[in-house]
Amino acid sequence: MIRYEPVIGLEVHAQIHTASKMFCGCPVVADTGDVPSNTAVCPVCTGMPGTLPVVNRRAVELTLLTCLALDCEVPPTARFARKSYFYPDLPKGYQISQHALPFGRDGFLEIETAAGPKRIRINNVHLEEDAGKLYHGAGGSRVDLNRAGVPLIEIVTEPDLRSVEEVRAYAAALHAVLVYLGVNGGEMERGVMRFEASVSVRPAGSDALNPRHEIKNLNSFRALADAVAYEIAAQVETLTHGGAVAQQTVGWDEARGVTYVQRSKEYAEDYRYFPEPDLPPVDVDRAWVAALRAQLPELPAARRERFTSDYGLSGYDAALLTADRAVADYYEAVVSAGGAPKAAANWITGELFRLMKETGQTIQTVHVSPQALAELIQLVETDVITLGSGKTVLAEMFAAGGSARQIVAARGLAQISDTNALEQVIARIVEENPEEVRQYLEGKEQILSWLMGQVMRATHGKANPQVVQRLLHVQLEARRQ
Amino acid sequence: MKLSREQVHHMAELAQLALDEEELTLYQEQLSAILEHFERLQNLDTAAIPPTATVLPLCSVMREDDPSVSLSLEDVLANAPEAEEGCFRVPAVLE
Repeated sequence: MIRYEPVIGLEVHAQIHTASKMFCGCPVVADTGDVPSNTAVCPVCTGMPGTLPVVNRRAVELTLLTCLALDCEVPPTARFARKSYFYPDLPKGYQISQHALPFGRDGFLEIETAAGPKRIRINNVHLEEDAGKLYHGAGGSRVDLNRAGVPLIEIVTEPDLRSVEEVRAYAAALHAVLVYLGVNGGEMERGVMRFEASVSVRPAGSDALNPRHEIKNLNSFRALADAVAYEIAAQVETLTHGGAVAQQTVGWDEARGVTYVQRSKEYAEDYRYFPEPDLPPVDVDRAWVAALRAQLPELPAARRERFTSDYGLSGYDAALLTADRAVADYYEAVVSAGGAPKAAANWITGELFRLMKETGQTIQTVHVSPQALAELIQLVETDVITLGSGKTVLAEMFAAGGSARQIVAARGLAQISDTNALEQVIARIVEENPEEVRQYLEGKEQILSWLMGQVMRATHGKANPQVVQRLLHVQLEARRQ
Repeated sequence: MKLSREQVHHMAELAQLALDEEELTLYQEQLSAILEHFERLQNLDTAAIPPTATVLPLCSVMREDDPSVSLSLEDVLANAPEAEEGCFRVPAVLE
């Protein structure tokens, strides 16, 4: 049986978080349904005759920063182009995009794969405007143009991705870069990043580029991964049964988990691109590019590298902590406030992430300041409180803020290492559980941890576990005649 | 260069124009004449001339990222043939 490998290319669209739209001064408003429809629109973004677009400098700068972060070549002249098609969410009947002269081309982004790092080549990075939103209803559709004209960056790869895992890794790495640059806010809600994937399969090891299916409008990381996985399996199935894959544009039906044909090759897009006559070219001055390059922040890959070398973290922990710039900043604040680097990584990726996930909070909204977490880590590391009490303290700080020391004092959580006090508790537990003690002495040694649990409970989790274990062992052994 | 009937039909489709047979013939002739006129330019030697998309002496015209005030909803929808829930209403759009 022939083994097949997928050949996947991605187009990623990401909204650029500027204050105003790409070609007019209308504010960019959140796409959450809170802002009433058509209240952030003007004659330019509704496509009124006689209006003229003017380029938003900040959107261009963020696009250029992205080009530099992706190691793209930045040509000295960039130009906008008209892409013509008719759809009710596109008021002008064309989208202002870029074609022959984009802001960046021939770059790459490195991703981590099971086989080591891999470069995914970027064909081009260009800037365009978003379309409006359609709401489909009975007998008609409604058009909301609040989103029309919002700056949109499009990043197009070469067909270098070879698995769903690589697609996921690329999307996550690119998202991290955009967030680090401040192009994008970092929220993962639907629509902020949108994907189109072109997928074909070929016998493993072959160089062939077979007819591909272009999957349009994937609005989330999950939809992207699911749709690509579905297409790979479906195409392999077709080829295995002697069928052929035709070049097609397909849509993704999220509810049913299948793709469906939108357009076949005969109706391939004919966008009739031509230079946008309403916008003069942009001179991408070298001094401007140099100034922007100097503004580039430390990017996720470099920061991950530094976290492993400077803080001795595993690659896995470093990746978890650097995926989101705000989390990485938080981690470094905890360390500089005196939290031990490895312990800080464990507390953040373990308990803190768990609490955030349970309550739907982000690192920006948590009540636990980096200083408070650093203090908590010190209390645990110096045996003032047990790990278990530490978790209780963190949960309380997470719910209501406050300092670790105050909570420890207020709730009497300081660890009991006083052997006299603990010996009495242990003697009582041993006395009250003769059956378990008998089983232990008969060789059922796992009973020891149950008995330890009873002691910890009796001391409200404050007993030093090492001390308890030692004393318990002594008392039990003393009963062996 | 003479445009084929299929090419004219294709362009009409892209422009979302419904042309009848008579109009197809008319536009086929007119568009072909325009193309033939421009074909004369092909005889000129343009090897030394850079592709020119604009003749305006302008470059890098940009604005700062400052939001301004948008139109009132009443003004936005003033020209809409039909409106519903603050939106333009259009015939049902099917994928």
